[in-house]
Amino acid sequence: MQTQNALPETPDQTRKRTIEVLAHASLGRLKQFFADLDEQPEFQMMRGPETGLVMIRGRMGGTGSVFNLGEATATRATVRLTTGEIGHGYRLGGDRDAVRLSAVIDALGTRDAFKPKVSRFVEETEATIKSREDKQRAETAATRVNFFTMVRGDD
Amino acid sequence: MALANASLDGGFQDAVFESQAVFRGLMDAMSRPGTIQTLETPAKAPGALSAAQSAILLCLADPDTSVWLSPSLYAQDALGWISFHSGAPVTHSMSNANFAFLGLGEALPDFLGFANGTQEYPDRSTTIIIELPALTGGQALVAAGPGIENEIDMSPSGLPDNFVRRWSANHGLFPRGVDLIFTCGSTVMCLPRSTQLKQREV
Amino acid sequence: MYVAVKGGEAAISNAHRLLADRRRGDRNLPAISVEQIVAQLALSVDRIMAEASLYDKTLAALAMRQARGDMIEAIFILRAYRTTLPRFGYSNPINTGEMLVERRISATYKDLPGGQLLGPTFDYTHRLLDPDLLNDSPVEEPITAETGHEPIMRVADILAGESLIEMEEPGEEETTPGDITREPLEFPLGRDERLQALARGDEGFLLALGYSTQRGYARSHPFAGEIRIGLVDVEVDIPELGFAVSIGKVQITECQMVNQFKGSAKQPPQFTRGYGLVFGQSERKAMAMSLVDRALRASEFGEDITAPAQDEEFVISHSDNVQATGFVEHLKLPHYVDFQAELDLVRRMRAEYEATQTGTATTEHKEAAE
Repeated sequence: MQTQNALPETPDQTRKRTIEVLAHASLGRLKQFFADLDEQPEFQMMRGPETGLVMIRGRMGGTGSVFNLGEATATRATVRLTTGEIGHGYRLGGDRDAVRLSAVIDALGTRDAFKPKVSRFVEETEATIKSREDKQRAETAATRVNFFTMVRGDD
Repeated sequence: MALANASLDGGFQDAVFESQAVFRGLMDAMSRPGTIQTLETPAKAPGALSAAQSAILLCLADPDTSVWLSPSLYAQDALGWISFHSGAPVTHSMSNANFAFLGLGEALPDFLGFANGTQEYPDRSTTIIIELPALTGGQALVAAGPGIENEIDMSPSGLPDNFVRRWSANHGLFPRGVDLIFTCGSTVMCLPRSTQLKQREV
Repeated sequence: MYVAVKGGEAAISNAHRLLADRRRGDRNLPAISVEQIVAQLALSVDRIMAEASLYDKTLAALAMRQARGDMIEAIFILRAYRTTLPRFGYSNPINTGEMLVERRISATYKDLPGGQLLGPTFDYTHRLLDPDLLNDSPVEEPITAETGHEPIMRVADILAGESLIEMEEPGEEETTPGDITREPLEFPLGRDERLQALARGDEGFLLALGYSTQRGYARSHPFAGEIRIGLVDVEVDIPELGFAVSIGKVQITECQMVNQFKGSAKQPPQFTRGYGLVFGQSERKAMAMSLVDRALRASEFGEDITAPAQDEEFVISHSDNVQATGFVEHLKLPHYVDFQAELDLVRRMRAEYEATQTGTATTEHKEAAE
């Protein structure tokens, strides 16, 4: 996921961030969004939810020419709300419920009445994900080696 | 460029069963050249691709097979539909296409311009799906070969006058060569490279 | 020769039922859950994912449970499952420089930007059995520390400053890399295809080959320039959106091996590189892979091909354990007719041999008598 930059986001950037945060959110977290709604949105499935493969690519030496590393399972869904908005959900793994809910949230995010709610949800979820990652970084940092140089020789 | 709304509709409603049904219909048509089969599916691409062409594309094409579209079929909505529902890459190169779709009334390009396969891998060739005004009522042709007991009459409309000669050249490349699927609305008729064709003598 | 034989249906069905019973084992013990396998036997799960060439922890754990812990059987099951799924597309190349690092060490530089981060390693443990693990003793929370703000720089970039190391840069035109799951192998392979094959290669086989290079069969003077383990984003171009999104993170292990190179007519003396990239936390495999990758680049550097690890056809044709197990294990399938034919042949040869032996014996006897 890309970190936020200081400039105001374009609609595509907002959308990208929404879809990425939803892809990283837990199913429980996504369900919470709907539990907090007064009225459940109605929608139609346009594609999926379906599970398939994404071939993950790497670079030789980390920076060189591209090669195929191996595949990962991925699941995707596309919905259309009865009000017409389209939403997409994607994530690694095989969780069909999660991508369906993600797609609905993405679609709601393009509808003016829901925009603030979705953007708040995305921000909170992003913060949760970030704090989980920060914790991991801090745990790794505690295993950093501090070398002590032993002074040898006579004086 | 985000996807237009029109490109989202017209996929398979139930991908598993519908693609199996279409595949069965195509298999029957391909194994019995010259017979007419109907592909029952609500799938339909936006624009000029016919119902049968749409169904064939969804059934056979995927991200590992490239698709070539003739000028009358090449339109933004159709490109979006292909990418969204099949994931197949659309190529500008006829000779790299696994599947080539030809719109109604367009001139039939030279078969040698498409992939004809190699002697080692004759399967690496293009299947050309051609929309015609009708699958009957055209030149009276007689087909023979694998899948045909003795002979079968066929008369697809809208083929060029020199079609038999051109087809014979393609047949002569066997095991290389292209395979054809004629479509009209939701009906199909197949002409695999193994089929011999001649004019019905009056 | 194969002949269809019928029969054994009841035996097979009963055998499978017995297998299910033995898999479950003592019913007084709780069944092991897939979640437990993912969480507590994580490195087995990682190995299954790497060698099945399919990243999915849940499915790998399920395969492991189904295979009763037999790794190659589990890898086989997961490979088979993989073939039932459509491929949606390709990720953009993962950026290991932007990794959420869990471990990062270098054997070539002590003080490098980002530091030596040990992470959850077996290194420096005493390898003594721990009786505490016999019980479910409480485990302490990890210690946390302030994270440094300096980026965790790639070791190769440090040497690159002096241009003493072979540079890895994308080709001028990005070509589509070969895919061994789509096209049959045709030797000689490109390095792209080799790396794909090695990434899914058997850990034991690659370990042995890597070891052989250290013992003098294709010496390559290796140093572990850097090993890093962590999470990277998988970014995919989404045609319906018109931009790329990260659809999740995968854990990978990367090893940069740097190898001393005396130079050739075309290249000056410098360090060359071997690369290892593997799904999950799999340091041993990544290191072995990078040794073998370097050994297989022999002809690229004008080196003589003298050792098994440098022989591309030998290495890549035998690195896949699903293929290998299929061919080795097929020997247990009925070969009744084959064997009858061989039996006949051996009987005939034996008869001929005995006939000549008797003949010779008779001659010798005669000679002795004379």
